[in-house]
Amino acid sequence: MTKIVTDVICPFCGTLCDDLEVAATDDGKKIIEVYNACVIGTEKFLHSQASDRVTRPRLMQADGSYKEISYDEAAEYTAQMMAKAKKPLMYGWSSTNCEAQSMGHEIAELAKACVDNTAAVCHGTTLIAVQDIGLPTCTLGEVKNRADRIVFWGCNPAHAHPRHMSRYSIFPRGFFTGKGHKNRKLVVVDPRPTDTAKMADIHLQVTQGQDYELLNAFRVALKGEWLPDVVAGIPKEKIYEAADILKSGRFGIIFFGMGVTQSLGKNHNIDEAIAVTKDLNDYTKFSIMPMRGHYNVTGSGEVMAWQFGYPYSVDLTRGFARYNPGDTSSIDLLSRGDVDAMFTIGSDPGAHFPFNCVKKISELPSVCIDPHLTPTSGVSKLHVPVAFNGVEAGGSCYRMDNVPIDCRKVVEPPEGMLTDEQFLIMVRDRLKKMKGVA
Amino acid sequence: MATINVNLISGRSIQQGVAIEGGKEKPLYRTACGIIELDPSDLKELGAWKNTNVRVTSEFGSVVVKAIETTQGPHPGIGFIPMGPWANKIINPNTYSTGMPTFKGTPVRVEVAVDQQVLLGIELVQKACRGETV
Repeated sequence: MTKIVTDVICPFCGTLCDDLEVAATDDGKKIIEVYNACVIGTEKFLHSQASDRVTRPRLMQADGSYKEISYDEAAEYTAQMMAKAKKPLMYGWSSTNCEAQSMGHEIAELAKACVDNTAAVCHGTTLIAVQDIGLPTCTLGEVKNRADRIVFWGCNPAHAHPRHMSRYSIFPRGFFTGKGHKNRKLVVVDPRPTDTAKMADIHLQVTQGQDYELLNAFRVALKGEWLPDVVAGIPKEKIYEAADILKSGRFGIIFFGMGVTQSLGKNHNIDEAIAVTKDLNDYTKFSIMPMRGHYNVTGSGEVMAWQFGYPYSVDLTRGFARYNPGDTSSIDLLSRGDVDAMFTIGSDPGAHFPFNCVKKISELPSVCIDPHLTPTSGVSKLHVPVAFNGVEAGGSCYRMDNVPIDCRKVVEPPEGMLTDEQFLIMVRDRLKKMKGVA
Repeated sequence: MATINVNLISGRSIQQGVAIEGGKEKPLYRTACGIIELDPSDLKELGAWKNTNVRVTSEFGSVVVKAIETTQGPHPGIGFIPMGPWANKIINPNTYSTGMPTFKGTPVRVEVAVDQQVLLGIELVQKACRGETV
């Protein structure tokens, strides 16, 4: 017989869907089927059940082979590495819960480390822009119940946040949006006619890297001022038309993604997008929201901000928190060769950092805490597999609109496996002893 | 042999999402991310059939991937490699003091490389870290 676990939270993307149902065996050890999730979420739950999963820490030997060691030995190795290093980098945090993040920050303070999360290669520039000029935002519930003008700028939720559109932004019927998608106008800005763009009322195929110019043109068009014939590859008539559509709504929202944060212009692109939102509020109610990627990258920003005062790229080497993206950010620290140990948890810089940084990681003493085998575990000296957070462990996570949601434990982890938090507690206790802290 | 120059962007695809959760050591990850999506007109200019291995080179590095016809086109002049170690071998790592590498908008040269292999994800990173050609 099977039992159905209801209201399960999906630990994949920042949409943090909370309506999954999982069929598990009666003894709560095995997942049989996942309902309501997107194809990626389903894969995450089912892959946790893989028979070839690594369940014990592995230490890389001189010849490149691996030797299985115990969690105690792994915690000792990690604590030794953190104690010896003058400037270790602790990176990741976005695929684990807030409790583990908080525990990790204790280690960071003890070791005087640099702490950074995956915003470094995702929405880091958004955070800079928010500090520049603020963020008029709302929750996804408000989008569902009120929004009739939706903009997707430089993001492709059909691929990256598969259920975002059906749960919140385009299709759902909300309190004031009873007609669902029939009452909503969708504007998509992307250099490719993506699967999201194919659903749009207006798709602006912007010249790649010219988002700033187009955002600026929107501000001009909103005021009805003069525009050149073509801006960023878009004829001016189309820009005026899109601006009029946005102005005529009752409640609008701009969702933006990597297309603006990673293209040249970086944080200034977001500055301008927020300024467009501000200008639109002269005519109607408008909000803006970053499409956060990892399911708890927002949570890492929150925890870091309330504990250290800054949402990412925090440097504790002097014993107090400093923040200066471009200097204290992971990519720059690694590129310059400023750090002497690498601690990775809940992310995969080996796959998602530029290669020059990955090479630096491979040359450093390194520990990778991740349930999966990844390029990071492949170049790290020690790989510590842990329970899947959100599947085999619960804990607080933050949705992309900063709403905290408690993740559920659905099944037991394989026997003897620890969670992120349990392993970090072991490391912290050892490090405290080494540093002579009571 | 013909070569073409395109503007490279990287980003998510749903196949990439499924593959990273399904295991990055598996061949599916290579199928999902060890590719470059090119516009049919660019493929024609390159003189390559669909699903031909190509070497993509920028001033920051070089990697072999499989050229496929774009699934979200047309976008002449733009090449798309899903985010992953293949794309990151060649994207512009400069942050220009923002902390963010320039993952989108790297000029690259594409040339046919039928006799060269597309490596698995972890294998690619390990080999490249040892200084071998990938």
